[in-house]
Amino acid sequence: MMNEKLLYTGLGLLGVMGPVIFPEYTLQIAMLWMMVLMASTWDITGGQMGYNSLGNITFFGVGMYVSASIQVSMFYDLAQYTASYGAIKPVFTETQYFGGLILGILAAGFSCVILSLIIGLAVFGLRGPYFAIGTLGVAVAAREIVTTMETVGGGAGISMPFLPLPIEQRSLFFYCLCFALAVAAHFTIRWMFSTQFGLAANAIRDDEDKAEAMGIPTLRYKQVGWAVAAFYMGCIGAVFGNISGYIEPQNIAFPLPTFGIFMVAMALLGGKGTLWGPVIGAILFHIVKETTWTYLLDWQYIVLGIVLIVNIVFFQQGIVGWLKTKYPEKFGILVDRSGNVSRGDA
Amino acid sequence: MFELLFVTAPIMNVQVLLEGVFIGSVFALSAYGLALIWGVMNVKNLAQGDFVIMGGYAAFSVSNAGVHPIFAIPVVIAFMFCFGWITYKLIIKRVIDNDMFVSLLATFGLSLFLQQVMNLIFGPEVQTLDSHFGILLLGDFVTVPKIKIISLLIAAFFATVVVLFMKKSRMGQAIRATAQDARAARVLGINTDRVYAFTFALNASICGVAGVLVSMIWSIQPFYGIIFSLRTFAIVTAAGLGNLPGVIGMSFVLGWFEQYAGVLAGAEWQIAASVFVLIFVLLWRQLQARRHRQVVR
Repeated sequence: MMNEKLLYTGLGLLGVMGPVIFPEYTLQIAMLWMMVLMASTWDITGGQMGYNSLGNITFFGVGMYVSASIQVSMFYDLAQYTASYGAIKPVFTETQYFGGLILGILAAGFSCVILSLIIGLAVFGLRGPYFAIGTLGVAVAAREIVTTMETVGGGAGISMPFLPLPIEQRSLFFYCLCFALAVAAHFTIRWMFSTQFGLAANAIRDDEDKAEAMGIPTLRYKQVGWAVAAFYMGCIGAVFGNISGYIEPQNIAFPLPTFGIFMVAMALLGGKGTLWGPVIGAILFHIVKETTWTYLLDWQYIVLGIVLIVNIVFFQQGIVGWLKTKYPEKFGILVDRSGNVSRGDA
Repeated sequence: MFELLFVTAPIMNVQVLLEGVFIGSVFALSAYGLALIWGVMNVKNLAQGDFVIMGGYAAFSVSNAGVHPIFAIPVVIAFMFCFGWITYKLIIKRVIDNDMFVSLLATFGLSLFLQQVMNLIFGPEVQTLDSHFGILLLGDFVTVPKIKIISLLIAAFFATVVVLFMKKSRMGQAIRATAQDARAARVLGINTDRVYAFTFALNASICGVAGVLVSMIWSIQPFYGIIFSLRTFAIVTAAGLGNLPGVIGMSFVLGWFEQYAGVLAGAEWQIAASVFVLIFVLLWRQLQARRHRQVVR
């Protein structure tokens, strides 16, 4: 792709220098990397395979709750802890905290992989809109189940253990986690789509029945794609739970109307089905959102709804998709004089 | 609760079953609307539930002006019809030829938009309209508010009117012709664009009526819409398109299931129950399709 080195240099500079130059915006930039991760992982199944999920947020919330339960229950009794509504103030030494955190994040990631494999069996026989509705149903069901689970605090939630470090180092630490996860997710996806997996995924998107007839084990490919997305969503969920310091099911762990729809909107804005589309869409979306969100007051979601509708109705191909039709040569797509477009290795 | 229902006072089941029928009749209206636009123009409307809630709030504003909510129904029908027509012209018309995820996502954006507008105007409180009808006592245990019986009759009336309209009127015939083959209908001189606009507006009106009934027999809140949408999807997916008895039957089944889940497992499981029905229906359809080596599409 054109100017890929330039993009990597720019983003790398932003990633390393961002918190140094703008120390007061460290957490905002951390959220930027989280958004990049969400949009990119949504695109694995959403854009590249044509399985538009509205329920990837399930893994975010499940990861958050798995990690929180492990971090607390390593040293306290979870049911007692949540029943006390914050009366038990957890005090952790650094080794205890970091041990719990690392274990929690890993457990979150892997439990989400297992969950995605199980849910995948149930939803991957659905196509198109049925898949979207089904996954949306799964997300709502997960939210309602967690709300009724008293062990993890039900609707009242869990207050998370506090990182025993000063506040600046605290946000810097979580920043590094978010950045590292986003980079890892990006290069995982990049690698995946440079292998045979990418070809198979795009074959599934273009015509699944033919792909099946050609002998591609489509279900396995779909499950692998979703499991990768679930792994990173679970990890970032665990990190986000620790950043926010307090988790509850309705607005933080399973935020369907915010992050759940943001990730789809960002991928669509940037151009779904491309490696860079979700990244560019997420950065643009997050910057615009952060600079205008506070001035919009109660109108935020109204504006979001309008943006989503306008994006879908008038600008379906997204930024990268639009660039691709405008300057196909820059993407390694050969254009012959008769106007037929043939695809090189883009 | 289990013991009370099935051992000590089995008569309580009548109460639960009746509640299920009353709620189910409202589900049936909005599900019929969804089946209509799904079948005719292949649009899957995720804002369906928000249309219902919108109808409820329209009745709420009218009744705040001192009119009884039942007499608000004609106003709501007219209002929702115009709203549906405008929505079609602005949004649906442009996504109708695209793949179905586009229509789903566009209506999801519409749903977010409507939720927030209602939240801004009416606030996030849960509202119920008082219809000032009394309560009917059946035997010693079963109590039925009269408004629920009236609402059941209204729902049945409007369902009949819509069915007759589709069968007898010129526009209804045009709608059915378009559903069968849009291209042939165009060749024969039917203005399909107008038919689509009318169908979508008709769906919005049906949802509006359902919303008025919901606001009287149950409660409305700006964010209840999405659950209503999921319920209507569950019903239509289970019953299939163009299967009116199936839609009505499935609506009652869903109503009963939700009521029993609410009574037996606690009120916090009621929403979860409707989502479980949706997931179960999708699973069941998949298993059915797998027998013929097919997928649900």
